[in-house]
Amino acid sequence: MPTVSMKVNGQDASADVEPRTLLVQYLREHLNLTGTHVGCDTSQCGACVVHVDGRSVKSCTMLAMQAAGSEVTTIEGLAQNGELHPMQEAFKENHGLQCGFCTPGMIMSAIDLVNRHPNPDEQTVREELEGNICRCTGYHNIVKAVLDASGKMGG
Amino acid sequence: MYEFDYQRPSSLSEAASMLSGEATLMAGGQTLIPTLKQRLAMPSAVIDIGGIAELSGISAGGGSVSIGATTRHAAVADSADVKGAIPALAKLAEGIGDPQVRNMGTIGGSIANNDPAADYPAAVVGLGATVHTNKREIAADNFFTGMFETALAEDEIVTKVVFPVPEKAGYMKFPNPASRYAMVGVFVAQTGGGVRVAVTGAGPSVFRVAEMESALGGNFWASAIEGISVSADGLNADIHGSAAYRAHLVGVMARRAVAEAGG
Amino acid sequence: MTEGTGIGAPVRRKEDKRFITGKGRYLDDINRTGQAYAYFLRSPHAHAKINGIDVAAAKASSGVVAVLTGAELAADQIGPLICGWAITQKNGEPHNAPAHPALAVDKVRYVGDHVAIVIADSLAEAKDAAEKIEVDYQELPPVVDIASALADGAPQVHDDVAGNLCYDWELGDKAATDAAFSGAHHVAKLDLVNNRLIPNAMEPRAALADYDSGIDELTLYTTSQNPHVARLVLAAFNGIAPENKLRVIAPDVGGGFGSKIFIYAEELCCLWAARKINRPVKWTGERSESFMADAHGRDHVTTAELALDQEGKFLAMRVSTMANFGAYLSTFATAVPSYLYGTLLAGQYTTPAIYCEVKGGFTNTAPVDAYRGAGRPEATYVVERLVEVAARDMGIDPAELRKRNFVAPDAFPYQTPVIMAYDSGNYQLSLDKAMEMINASGFAQRKADSESRGKLRGLGYSAYIEACGIAPSAAVGSLGAGVGLWESGQIRFNPTGSVTIYTGSHSHGQGHETTFAQLVSDHLGVPIENIEVSHGDTGTVPFGMGTYGSRSLAVGGSAIMKAADKIVEKSKKIAAHLMEAAVEDVEHSRGVFSVAGTDKSVTIAEVAFTAYVPHNYPEGLEPGLDETAFYDPLNFTFPAGTHIAEVEIDPATGVVEVADWAAVDDFGNIINPMIVEGQVHGGIAQGVGQALLENTVYDKETGQLVTGSYMDYCMPRADDLPSFKVETTNTPCPHNPLGVKGCGEAGAIAAPAALMNAITNALGKEIDMPATPEKVWQAAQTAQAAE
Repeated sequence: MPTVSMKVNGQDASADVEPRTLLVQYLREHLNLTGTHVGCDTSQCGACVVHVDGRSVKSCTMLAMQAAGSEVTTIEGLAQNGELHPMQEAFKENHGLQCGFCTPGMIMSAIDLVNRHPNPDEQTVREELEGNICRCTGYHNIVKAVLDASGKMGG
Repeated sequence: MYEFDYQRPSSLSEAASMLSGEATLMAGGQTLIPTLKQRLAMPSAVIDIGGIAELSGISAGGGSVSIGATTRHAAVADSADVKGAIPALAKLAEGIGDPQVRNMGTIGGSIANNDPAADYPAAVVGLGATVHTNKREIAADNFFTGMFETALAEDEIVTKVVFPVPEKAGYMKFPNPASRYAMVGVFVAQTGGGVRVAVTGAGPSVFRVAEMESALGGNFWASAIEGISVSADGLNADIHGSAAYRAHLVGVMARRAVAEAGG
Repeated sequence: MTEGTGIGAPVRRKEDKRFITGKGRYLDDINRTGQAYAYFLRSPHAHAKINGIDVAAAKASSGVVAVLTGAELAADQIGPLICGWAITQKNGEPHNAPAHPALAVDKVRYVGDHVAIVIADSLAEAKDAAEKIEVDYQELPPVVDIASALADGAPQVHDDVAGNLCYDWELGDKAATDAAFSGAHHVAKLDLVNNRLIPNAMEPRAALADYDSGIDELTLYTTSQNPHVARLVLAAFNGIAPENKLRVIAPDVGGGFGSKIFIYAEELCCLWAARKINRPVKWTGERSESFMADAHGRDHVTTAELALDQEGKFLAMRVSTMANFGAYLSTFATAVPSYLYGTLLAGQYTTPAIYCEVKGGFTNTAPVDAYRGAGRPEATYVVERLVEVAARDMGIDPAELRKRNFVAPDAFPYQTPVIMAYDSGNYQLSLDKAMEMINASGFAQRKADSESRGKLRGLGYSAYIEACGIAPSAAVGSLGAGVGLWESGQIRFNPTGSVTIYTGSHSHGQGHETTFAQLVSDHLGVPIENIEVSHGDTGTVPFGMGTYGSRSLAVGGSAIMKAADKIVEKSKKIAAHLMEAAVEDVEHSRGVFSVAGTDKSVTIAEVAFTAYVPHNYPEGLEPGLDETAFYDPLNFTFPAGTHIAEVEIDPATGVVEVADWAAVDDFGNIINPMIVEGQVHGGIAQGVGQALLENTVYDKETGQLVTGSYMDYCMPRADDLPSFKVETTNTPCPHNPLGVKGCGEAGAIAAPAALMNAITNALGKEIDMPATPEKVWQAAQTAQAAE
């Protein structure tokens, strides 16, 4: 089995995996980072979104081998020194989650969204969340949370 | 997924040398990986060309925009060169899939797969682009040969797509409400060589609408194609839309694309 | 809005930290040393005889531990799966209940039906082996829609169920209804389809079964809304293990919406297999399996009529429905289109005579059971679409017609002609407020603006009612329920004064860890950060009935309040002893016990410490401060309200834009308004999904599930929806200690009718859900042609 190495949440990670191992399986099963979820099998729900080299991707639609040598950030890597990321704070403050299953992917997509659109309007947020499905919230409070966080991520 | 070998060549020539037997190319993997997950394909090896530097990048000049095969949709959507020269192409790229798919998916992968509901074929045909491979150049009109079929030989690799800069162009897409793929997408361009109207999503493969092209050639306004209808014969039909509805939408999207192009 | 952490305050959720940091513990995050992986071979056919199953090659496949089939399951006397609600038919006979084996024996009856379980060292090896199983199928013609299934000559899904009929049931006074119709000034009539939905909780179902041979005990980790009910059924009816040798744990569960109430083949087979191979067995459903084999929802075909006098007063309603149960009866399937449906057909109105008949039948499709609202959305949809049709027929403003027929605020308790006695309400208040919020009086101007842009615009009302807080055990028992529907609550003080609440309710998104903590914090004066809420583990929590039907606060919360009362009662004795006062003189307020007319007081923390370190303690009183209560409700609760939707339609494409939404709901008292609003938002989104986007399609010829993934099943996304205007009114529930009614399902119940009334208002033509672009475009074409 080939060895695949990458940096995950700032730490060097390495494991021997079958080539058919998806990035999400590598994270969950080899690194025990179970915050990244699998909610569908057709690359649409977005529960598995992580950042690879700073861009949001669906880790269920990427081989672990494709991420070799990359820097990967998962939901577990957002808080720094015990301080939540503003997007995490905003999801809590605005009740942007209910069952919590879509939340990690939603937060990772939302951060990428605000990185690319620093001061988004509501419509932009809604359109940019196309790749993330939530069944609980009706998106109302997710959109509110993203708009709230965007104001705090600026500096 | 079935088991396979994974190879990551660093050059085009190395990739070409690996492409034999049941090996398959992968650029961004946004179509291939879901296919593998469903066990609908059983390649002996996946040759990941996503990291080959010479296949990626955008350059503009001399009346054309050249986009490397493994250039991600997001890069096309964000490119100042593309936005400046062919804004309709940037807009099309920005509407493919979702942001995460756009961060991985590539133009070469999209056109080589030729999904009937993909967006890029409409731009390639609508702009009369030229597909470059490691073996030859193929004109857009000869590239897409049928549903999931192209003119590419088994051992041929797309290297770039060269789009001539049009005078005006517009793209309008009616997305499938569930998958968000194009149920109907119409790319309209006014070029030095005449007007081109290319339709994706509606049929088994991208096609042009000659009647609209000639009407717009005389008068590049949406009203010029007001009465032109497309036959529903041979168009796709599924639970999301009948062939007749798709035919109707071709007209609506074409007019809106012309209006967006400034006509 | 209340400040702080008490009742009425929008307290931020205690459970959120783990979810936003990726530390939630969902089923698939749990692993057991040495676990094997299960994969289910499912039927590719909608209807076929099984002439034989050859598993030899699969058993020899790499990494395979076991390949088990229905024959072995039957030999071990495991199963079958059961339906827990008995319905008595018109003719007095019980409903027809065909056997539901967890693994098919001689026949498969829907695409996705379970044929074999393959267990291997890895999931990939299990899948590889499953491909090597050879099943000799003899295909039979399928029937997928209920009307065809109940027609003469239809393919027979079960040999022992003639005509595919599960039951022919009725409710109400037929003679009185017919008489009222014969004297009516006008009869409004509507045929409608309530489209089949697939629940799609974002976490797919999963199960992990662990057998401890040392103590002969099985532990099941499962994605359940009601772990005790699962344990009861698995133990008492499925033969898995005695109840005392089976522990069921439902950890963090990623949404349910009804679909995780039921006891499915997968968890049963994992338990059975784990004991058989003496190894933990894990199954995690893939989304495609959720589509095929989670219980679906709705799927009614209905004809409804409303009789009115010349002033528009409702005289009677007559409803005839065919309900699709799928191939087998799921756990509570029979109750949904009967007692959860017919009993709500009075809506918010004084309709004096109602008659409803329902034929439930079998088809070659996945089982159908409760999905958010369960029967009540179907009832509201019938009533509110029909009222709108009547308003249009008679040229009466739809809001005005409703007002003429509302049950008046002073008429409660109000006995309907269909069993229910409504507890409290003020229906016109909600309607008026919603009209104000959406600026109904400005609609004509907005419609004119839309028309000037070539667009159509419509406004639609839905004045819904639901029965929640299910339910008085004796009442549901008399209607055929196999279980009681009370709830348990336990408050356990620790010696240092902190608290753990144990509840039989289960939270899978509802925020119980916060709401229940608020209750106890407010009532007993314990800081909210010192309160934990524990649920979901039959090994630690008193027997409880679980979460569904918007019952957790009204029933589970009431049980906790009863436990709190017991805590106060005991604490008073301890406090009286400490203060050297008579118990009768001790007063309690938010955790402070004082003696009237003195400055003596002790806190509940001091009482708790004394209870566990009883050095100075009342004689004869038990040590400890830990009380359990069970609450059986006196009645259902009846949340109600009005939602108004406004839409703009592009007639050239048929695309419907939800332009605005106003929701006014009466949930009685509210503990946490932030959580309540969130529940409403989510419910509306599911209702909009049903009306606009979602549909379950089986191919009529082959019985294949066409909408088997998100490529074809259209889930609502952020850009399909607007932000919602949500407000509440409050007529407290008079019969539970909190005065609460329940909020979980309201949005899903109200929304479909509001949206369809808006769309049909814009089109001037009736269409069925979902209002897909093509359907709307066609209707717009014919409407324009008619002009």
